[in-house]
Amino acid sequence: MNSITEKLLDMISDYKGKFVGAFNIREDSQCAGRQSSEHIKIESKTDKPGIDILVDPGTKGETVYIPACITHSDVDDLVYNDFYIGEGADVTVVAGCGVHTDGEERSQHNGIHRFFIEKGARVLYLEKHVGTGGGTGERLINPETYAEIAEDGYMEMNTTQIKGVDSTNRQTKAVLQKGAKLIVKEKIMTDGHQVAETNFDVDLNGEDSGVHLVSRSVAKGWSHQVFRSVINGNTRCSGHSECDAIIMDNGVVSAIPELTAHDVDAALIHEAAIGKIAGEQITKLMTLGLSEQQAEEKIIQGFLK
Amino acid sequence: MLELKHVSFSVDGDAASQKEILKDISLSVGDRRFLVITGPNGGGKSTLAKVIAGIEKPGAGSILLDGEDITSLPVHERANRGMSYAFQQPVRFKGLTVRDLLELAVKDSQTDRPLSDYLCDVGLCAPDYIDREVNASLSGGEIKRIEIAMAMARKSKLTIFDEPEAGIDLWSFNNLIDIFKRLREESGGSIIIISHQERILEIADEIVVLSGGEITAQGNREEILPRLLTGEHCGFCPMQKGDA
Repeated sequence: MNSITEKLLDMISDYKGKFVGAFNIREDSQCAGRQSSEHIKIESKTDKPGIDILVDPGTKGETVYIPACITHSDVDDLVYNDFYIGEGADVTVVAGCGVHTDGEERSQHNGIHRFFIEKGARVLYLEKHVGTGGGTGERLINPETYAEIAEDGYMEMNTTQIKGVDSTNRQTKAVLQKGAKLIVKEKIMTDGHQVAETNFDVDLNGEDSGVHLVSRSVAKGWSHQVFRSVINGNTRCSGHSECDAIIMDNGVVSAIPELTAHDVDAALIHEAAIGKIAGEQITKLMTLGLSEQQAEEKIIQGFLK
Repeated sequence: MLELKHVSFSVDGDAASQKEILKDISLSVGDRRFLVITGPNGGGKSTLAKVIAGIEKPGAGSILLDGEDITSLPVHERANRGMSYAFQQPVRFKGLTVRDLLELAVKDSQTDRPLSDYLCDVGLCAPDYIDREVNASLSGGEIKRIEIAMAMARKSKLTIFDEPEAGIDLWSFNNLIDIFKRLREESGGSIIIISHQERILEIADEIVVLSGGEITAQGNREEILPRLLTGEHCGFCPMQKGDA
């Protein structure tokens, strides 16, 4: 693996020279390293680019790393990764993508991840996206996540995009069965002329299933963000989506909820708050000795922490 | 320490609607003094506190800290010169934790007391609060105590509290009095408190009565407090002068 990949891995997956346990490193559409563990098997797909990650039932406390890196301009990467999480397992998946361009041509990564979470299994899915490099070529990352969560299954998805990605279109779909829970925490910061679009589409099909979508974002410069959340409550269930955005300079943020209750016992809520940093927050931090600019940075740092 | 010379402040508006909130205020606070500013609602007390902290700019007059004219200095430069300000209604943040704010408040986290000690001082169980976000999930009393803990952690040469008792329950009030007593003994700095509470007035060195934007009484506690408690306070109100 090249040095740019190592730097990107450090940013997106806390890589400290090696991974412990199962991992697959994707570098410029090729495999740059793979290891299975006793309970987590990683296998190449035979019909399209990508891998299958098979987690044995009952696997507890293991982490699997599947980062993808693009290290130069003019790469168009498409990958299909499927996760099969066995009954009663409890694992962490560290994904994430870094795109580095030094040239004029753009590079992009399209990662399509499907999760099949069996009865009672739990997954913590961590996904960081970052763009680097001094080239004028655009850096695009378009992740698609699809999750089927069986009875009493649980998935928490923490997804973060802090800098350097010129355009992203994020699609997340999930279908939840009885008692299943999905938590999504999304953090996005855009600047310059960057564009970020996020779409959530969740079907709550099982009784007492629940989803909690929280998006916190900051739009600076001339950047533009769109947050869409579609939640369908098809039975007795609970759904909550929340879009909290800070806009600065000429940034633009749209929040578009669509909640549909097909059952009288479906409890669905959407909250959205978009605005500039409150002046009193800046004043408070100034009374602690920070300049106005330092106060803004601290507030944003905390907001996206 | 702190000196205000002929400070005035008006809220914006045309000549007809302009309202003078502070009228020609001159005031001096000595080193290690404990000053309580009291008076009727709408008298200009909180505005005066904000003018001292730099949150509001006076229309006229000057403010000196240790002899330096700080009238034109922004809030953070006053803070860095040794001024602290605890808000009447503390500000809430999404994301920033109690620890984040206390770390900003202490000057040197390596040599200072543990951050959790400041929470214990204000009656909060530190492990329950130190990593909580300073957001809407905190009650009015909890966030008020955190605000006071921050002011204590700064150990400033001048600390201003705007109605610290507001939102504090009766049970915690005794603790609050103890905090001010200790702050007065340990900080070595001066304290200005905006308050209506008799028990806070009782621990003051000096009391200033502000009414209708003017100082209507000023002096040692022994002189002013009895007059306030015997109902003579109506005489401090310019609207009622002559009627009392």
